[in-house]
Amino acid sequence: MLITQLKSKEAIEALAQGKVVIINCHGCKEVYFAEHEADALQKELSASKEVTQIITTDYICNPDNLKLQLKKHMDKINAADTILVFSCGVGIQTVAAQFEDKHVFSCCDTYPLPGFQGVTPLNVDCAQCGECYLNGTGGICPITACSKSLVNGQCGGAKNGKCEVDKDMDCGWERIYRKLEKLNKLDAMKYDVPKVRKYGNPDAE
Amino acid sequence: MKITELFQRDEFVITAEVGPPKGIHIDHLIDDAHKFLADRVHALNVTDNQSSVMRTGSLATCKVLKDEGLTPIFQITCRDRNRIALQSDVLSAALLGIENLLLLTGDYTTLGDNPQAKPVFDLDSVSLTHAVKRLEEGFDLAGNEVDGEPPKFAKGAVVSPCSDSVDVQLAKMEAKVKAGVEYFQTQGVYEPEKFFNFMEKAKQFGVPVQLGIIIPKNVGMCRYMNANVAGVHVPDDMIEELKADKEKTKAGDTGVEICARLIKECKDHCQGVHIMSLGWENRIPEILDLAGVAPITK
Repeated sequence: MLITQLKSKEAIEALAQGKVVIINCHGCKEVYFAEHEADALQKELSASKEVTQIITTDYICNPDNLKLQLKKHMDKINAADTILVFSCGVGIQTVAAQFEDKHVFSCCDTYPLPGFQGVTPLNVDCAQCGECYLNGTGGICPITACSKSLVNGQCGGAKNGKCEVDKDMDCGWERIYRKLEKLNKLDAMKYDVPKVRKYGNPDAE
Repeated sequence: MKITELFQRDEFVITAEVGPPKGIHIDHLIDDAHKFLADRVHALNVTDNQSSVMRTGSLATCKVLKDEGLTPIFQITCRDRNRIALQSDVLSAALLGIENLLLLTGDYTTLGDNPQAKPVFDLDSVSLTHAVKRLEEGFDLAGNEVDGEPPKFAKGAVVSPCSDSVDVQLAKMEAKVKAGVEYFQTQGVYEPEKFFNFMEKAKQFGVPVQLGIIIPKNVGMCRYMNANVAGVHVPDDMIEELKADKEKTKAGDTGVEICARLIKECKDHCQGVHIMSLGWENRIPEILDLAGVAPITK
């Protein structure tokens, strides 16, 4: 079981640039999704921003299913500048992988609860860290795509694009860099204060 | 002495790497340091469980070298300690009078001789640099105040100029500079052209860079590095050179000549040299003589 919690309204508003398509995933019974809060927030966004389509579907973590579900919305998606995804971390990464050239942003942070973790495809993983990094990394998760879960860029261990830990695994940060390069978003790797993980209990403020 | 003071005086800064043994007898390391390095290098890097192989600690060895009148550089990796232990060890270093740090992410645990160990990586080279900078400002990473006069270090880091993804490395280098890194030592360089191109781009950061040199001992070692060591590539003609005169290579003379030539070629493009001799400390004076680098003046 996992919980997706909405990012702050300010954070989401800042992400909604240009023509915006919103994708909600209500698929998985193993995920607690803040459906009503998301709905209210998206209504507000529609009033203040250029939201061209709100899509609510299920199991976007499955790439084939995702493709099928979005088929009838492709005109809007192709014309969009930004895709905002309200789902767990796996769903966001699947959408980002499907639309390589689009700015795909996460509107949720995903927290774990003990027990079964729902349906996930094999090539993408969400560690439910509760502080989703996907918005600064081109929709590729540094926590699960990097063996060391580094959050400030590539270590010195990659050779020919492969990870020092597993030569069959692509270096996560090289993937992130290339994706950001493609999106013309390398500035996302330039920030003033280095990122530091928060391992404390998110409920214990 | 902080090695940043030497860079500020425009000295060509020479450092060498020593690795603590897997055991507590370090007389040999100290003897070699006095005999071959004391007059030739400004400071000695002490590795932190290099290649994830468990050994005597870097901090303790730094203290022993300092007591011997040498200048140590305390290498710290993020592999084995969380932020509490890392910050604590940085303060301990200051307490022991150790002023030079080299801040690294660290090799992964499974590469070493205790592959079952838990990999930590709570911080990385960038956030560790930030943590040290915060300590210098009188606060820990969580914002708690540190009592009394805060410590001050020369903060170093590494970069791989010959990496096959040098643009990704440069992005990380920029993040390190922003976080407070004041000097760089590079991964081993065997391709001067790549190094020049790298330095051309790294110039913008305005931070001194020491050329990294790994003594190529034999053909097998070069092939191993080409297959397994990130950021290192020994070109074919250099491998041929090592093959050409087997006796000379076996005696170590070919490797020494190659290192001297690399230093000579790259000297004007960098601010110092860092030699990783992997046990061949005794050949370092010869390399520097051949490269035309004079003994240091104290």
